[in-house]
Amino acid sequence: MSAVAATADQAAGAVRSEATPYNEAIVRMFTVATIFWGVVGFLMGVIIAYQLAFPLLNLDLEWTTFGRLRPVHTSAVIFAFGGNALLATSLYVVQRTCRTSLFGGPALASFLFWGYQLFILLAASGYVLGISQGREYAEPEWYVDLWLTIVWVVYLVIFAGTIIQRKEAHIYVANWFYLAFIITIAMLHIGNNLALPVSFLGTDSYPVASGVQDAMTQWWYGHNAVGFFLTAGFLGMMYYFVPKRANRPVYSYRLSIVHFWALTFLYIWAGPHHLHYTALPDWAQTLGMTFSIMLWMPSWGGMINGIMTLSGAWDKLRTDPVLRFLVAAVAFYGMSTFEGPVMSIKPVNALSHYTDWTVGHVHSGALGWVAFVSFGAMYFLVPKLWKREGLYSLKLVSYHFWIATIGIVLYITAMWVSGILQGLMWRAYDSFGFLQYSFVETVEAMHPFYLIRAIGGTLFLLGSLVMVYNIIRTIRGDVSAETAEDAKIINGAMAPAE
Amino acid sequence: MPTKVEKDHISGTETTGHEWDGISELNTPLPKWWLYVFYACVIWSVAYFVFYPAIPFSDGATKGLLGYNSRVEVEQIVAEAKQAKSKWMDQIAAKDLEAITGDEELMQFIQAGGRTMFGDNCAPCHGAGGQGRPGGYPTLADDDWIWGGDLDNIYYTVAHGIRNVTDEDARLNDMPRYGADELLEPAQINDVAEYVLSLSNKATDNDAAARGAETYAEECSACHGEDGKGLQDLGGPNLADAIWLYGGEKEEIVAQISAPKQGVMPAWGQRLSEADVKMLTIYVHSYLSGQ
Repeated sequence: MSAVAATADQAAGAVRSEATPYNEAIVRMFTVATIFWGVVGFLMGVIIAYQLAFPLLNLDLEWTTFGRLRPVHTSAVIFAFGGNALLATSLYVVQRTCRTSLFGGPALASFLFWGYQLFILLAASGYVLGISQGREYAEPEWYVDLWLTIVWVVYLVIFAGTIIQRKEAHIYVANWFYLAFIITIAMLHIGNNLALPVSFLGTDSYPVASGVQDAMTQWWYGHNAVGFFLTAGFLGMMYYFVPKRANRPVYSYRLSIVHFWALTFLYIWAGPHHLHYTALPDWAQTLGMTFSIMLWMPSWGGMINGIMTLSGAWDKLRTDPVLRFLVAAVAFYGMSTFEGPVMSIKPVNALSHYTDWTVGHVHSGALGWVAFVSFGAMYFLVPKLWKREGLYSLKLVSYHFWIATIGIVLYITAMWVSGILQGLMWRAYDSFGFLQYSFVETVEAMHPFYLIRAIGGTLFLLGSLVMVYNIIRTIRGDVSAETAEDAKIINGAMAPAE
Repeated sequence: MPTKVEKDHISGTETTGHEWDGISELNTPLPKWWLYVFYACVIWSVAYFVFYPAIPFSDGATKGLLGYNSRVEVEQIVAEAKQAKSKWMDQIAAKDLEAITGDEELMQFIQAGGRTMFGDNCAPCHGAGGQGRPGGYPTLADDDWIWGGDLDNIYYTVAHGIRNVTDEDARLNDMPRYGADELLEPAQINDVAEYVLSLSNKATDNDAAARGAETYAEECSACHGEDGKGLQDLGGPNLADAIWLYGGEKEEIVAQISAPKQGVMPAWGQRLSEADVKMLTIYVHSYLSGQ
């Protein structure tokens, strides 16, 4: 009976999408930008990873030193790759789930696209030339910040306007997360970048806050950039693409409500855990740690809803590497949102802070969760957006999945080992009470792990190049021999049943 | 909008009746284990607020039942660490260098502490094992000493440094710029360089080396010694031992005569305690290569 209902629904869906002229051109542009910036960002990461292992690769030029290329890498992967992925998927999802075209029309959407790409270019060119306000993940100077503020408000207007003019009575859960992400990032961006330019013709500025207040503002921003950009936004992505690809209903509506509100309320207070054992007052450190612990289950609510949505469709993981990307992403999400609260506990933090463990933690979230869920969404979107039957080759998706997964495992395990080794070496005392190792010796000990990390990153980059090839062939309308063969078998097997 | 509640045939759970772009939602209750772990985290956090500094008011935050304060804690730990070392550090501060080197227990202490102190303060220029670096960072692990390798001389060099501007007692010498200031003709510089090379049997032109001997005696011997073996009192390096601070190729020697590079070392006595400087001195002397 429900099978019949499902078919009827699909038929109704087909009629609807013909009736509603969705703006897919803009989603196609953001999709191409996502993939382009992804490769750029991964490449920058690989370069600086090799620089850490072999400092000669700084080339002794100011523009190519680690200090300048590192923000190029972080901004390219977070804001250029992740940001474009969020823009592409949010604008696709909000139209489909509200059954209406984008508010503001194609012109405003076009401004959003070009405005955002300009922001990326302004930011990255500044880093290479040495223009930076030195705030992690918020390095762009005041003129870039002002431009991004304008672009972001346009994004909010388009997204919220589309929700307001929706033709569905209720707002789908993916849109709650996307909206929370857009609003909170606006607040964080403005709050953390309050600064006074030295002159209107110069690039320098001074922050309004100073000392520990300034550090706290920065980590209120920094932690919530992870919370709302890299978590809430991508949960929005997960809530559409996982049930869609698995063709199963979302596991629990109630869980989605409770974990949404718990996550948005608790996340915003957890930033002080970045400043444990510093000049930050003890009460604020307590706040950061306890709210991080309380955040554990609300974070896991998203993982449960993602993974349990597959119940009844687990077999698809064997045949559908796109779904495998999406589900592995949710698993990595669960792992890193468990690791995060553990690292926020003060005695654990005393060991982990300032070490490579933090770098490993960030990358298990960034590579495993953010990038994997984006890859899954891109593989889902490209055939739909370019009106193709399917991807050029599912086998290549599978290769991408395994190459990237091996890369991540090398990366994370190398950083776990080197981070804990580093932390233990820093705190090792001999019988006279002297530090057992000088700092230089701890740096020497990191070398093999830096090399393993760089190799892991190289694999991740290679995987993304496989994706680029696969997607270009898909857009060109090609179908690989093996995919054509599979389609024949499936159609052949289906024929008698119909 | 379809608001028809249906039963999902796989899980047996009802849907909420909403549907967006073909996606519906099950009305599954909250997983019990999830809810209870969430409650437990909240209860644990509230308990933590009771025991530790937590709630801010205008006149300061609540101190918590345990009275914990991270600043007090770190001060205590630093004080304890200092206390634990004071038994040895006090002796090092009180005794003179010779006496310390005769005390086996103190020497064990210095072997451990000096190594870390050397790694943190000296290794960036002189290398972790005192092996030095090309370009003017002397090797400390060999027997060639510019300003003297006995305990007192090493102590003076560490405490006051070389050619720095912060310590007026810093070791100081100033080799003239024979080429840049046109004190010698290029041909004379060439000859002196050949002579200097001949001291370690590396001359490429014996006639030039012979001509250079006279200029050497007039211009260089006052600091580098008549035999070229250096004068440690003046910090004039030994030129006859084939150990070079700025390179032993002919063009490098010519460059050094023409416009000498002169290294600078900080006055560690202004940065470290008296006992620390003594420790470093003895570490360099006894565990690297003193005289």
